[in-house]
Amino acid sequence: MTQGILVFIEERQGTVKKSSLEALCAARGLADTLKEPVTALYIGSADPSAQLGQHGADRVILARHDLLAAYSAEAFASTLVEICGRVSPRIVLGAATAMGRDFLPRAAARLRTGLAQDCTEVRIVEGNRLECLRPIYAGKALARVRPLSAPAMATLRPNVFSVTDPDAIRAATVEEFAPSLEPSKVRARTVGTVSGAGQKIELTEASIIVSGGRGMKGPENFPILQELADALGGAMGASRAAVDAGWIDHQHQVGQTGKTVSPTLYIACGISGAVQHLAGMSSSKYVVAINKDPEAPIFKIADYGVVGDLFAVVPELTQQIKKLKSR
Amino acid sequence: MKIAVCVKYVPDTAIRVKVAADGKSVDLSDAAFVVNPYDEFAVEEALQIKEKLGGEVVVIGAGSEKATAGLRTCLAMGADRAILIQDDTLDAADSLAVGSALARVCRELAPDVILFGKHAIGIDNGQVPAVVAEILDVPQVSVVVKLEVRADGFKAEREIEGAREVVEGSLPAVFTAQKGLNNPRYASLKGIMAAKKKPIEARSAASLGLSADELASRLSIEQVTLPPPRPPGKILTGDAAESAGQLIRLLREEAKII
Repeated sequence: MTQGILVFIEERQGTVKKSSLEALCAARGLADTLKEPVTALYIGSADPSAQLGQHGADRVILARHDLLAAYSAEAFASTLVEICGRVSPRIVLGAATAMGRDFLPRAAARLRTGLAQDCTEVRIVEGNRLECLRPIYAGKALARVRPLSAPAMATLRPNVFSVTDPDAIRAATVEEFAPSLEPSKVRARTVGTVSGAGQKIELTEASIIVSGGRGMKGPENFPILQELADALGGAMGASRAAVDAGWIDHQHQVGQTGKTVSPTLYIACGISGAVQHLAGMSSSKYVVAINKDPEAPIFKIADYGVVGDLFAVVPELTQQIKKLKSR
Repeated sequence: MKIAVCVKYVPDTAIRVKVAADGKSVDLSDAAFVVNPYDEFAVEEALQIKEKLGGEVVVIGAGSEKATAGLRTCLAMGADRAILIQDDTLDAADSLAVGSALARVCRELAPDVILFGKHAIGIDNGQVPAVVAEILDVPQVSVVVKLEVRADGFKAEREIEGAREVVEGSLPAVFTAQKGLNNPRYASLKGIMAAKKKPIEARSAASLGLSADELASRLSIEQVTLPPPRPPGKILTGDAAESAGQLIRLLREEAKII
């Protein structure tokens, strides 16, 4: 019988990703409405079953196989599909991370089912059906969608769903599972990771982002944003204008042709607020705009606007925050 | 080396979105259309592979006749020929339906490399490449920022959170292009003239023998709305030290976030 929710749990460097815990807690909420169990599928080398149990899993499946030691869309999709065959879930959830967005659509294609990508809300309607809210046009509009086939699949946007406090009394049943994977069906494999180009905190996962645009005037000025971001424990973003001018790498770009972000605090410095930029950050909880042009469109969506010279205001902010934190 | 590039014709990023009268879609009647920006990176990469290894670049579109203009742009950039799976229903179809249609054409072409943009802006779904890879039973690498293709395989770098994964594998394979992979060329006047003579073959969905199940929708759109407007904000004035101080106080006491 089709029932329950299966959640894919992603690990990086031995720890469960926060976005996977967000998906697990969201699954718990849906499962409580359905009065059905939550199964967590973990692919990795550690054993986080205690943690997963405390965050809402009733059952944890630890998938172990040599071909799962490094990530590949083919092996991960096959494992998930095989588990679906055993668990027959009503709903499959995962985080909309680089990994989730990569292999879950492949699994959905094999299951010939619908997947709602990058959702910001999920709920149960009509007793047992999944309904999702997903931003389209990079957040310029919102679509309410329902998967029509089973299992109903969805990936959840990182940083949007909350992680509930662990419940020390909860525990999950744990089982190991060896999927039947063929080496001949794993034809693209991750052989290594290059870091360094990336930031300490990834934009899409950051709870605070300090972003710069054309008003930054040149690449030499971006360190003042990085200092503010560091003082706040955040990440640095940029507008398309700054990226296209070659001032900063594209991986920092926020907007319709860059990353869509939902931090708690987004500080836009010298960003006028083109529609395509607003699309990528308008779901931020609080927006601060620092711009010398009082007519800049960014002020229309800012909770707090500072009309002034960012080259004076930003270093001042950094100093005052450092002072505050050292107290 | 045969290289296929799947291209979508999408509303320009500058559009202001209007909800259509049915309340379930976006009104695109006034929108200007462009080749999906990520697809331009895919086309450029295809052309560079051809320049290195020789072969043919075929661009494939799916949707209404309007998409012909987008394919023509890709031909002007240097692609050799184009195929349009012409079917109005594909404009708003699910990933599985569009992917099934594209996979049929790809199966006929038997390309070594299939390129896509990482996602089509607009519906922001990013599932079609994985569907095509799955149906063709070939590997996939998404969000690629570096790609080396050899006769017998590939090495790619894909963007993940805060790092890049290095992926190796065999061909044929599906890749999706991310900004940073290359700098797409502009079509030259000569290219634009040449593109007028290059063939765009129209195929009907029926001629591909797609079943009703393949074309059936797996997701229903119940409603499309605009996001709620943000309440008006506070404008802070004074010198840098004063406004910074006010801002920090508000973030601490009112927003309670720092």
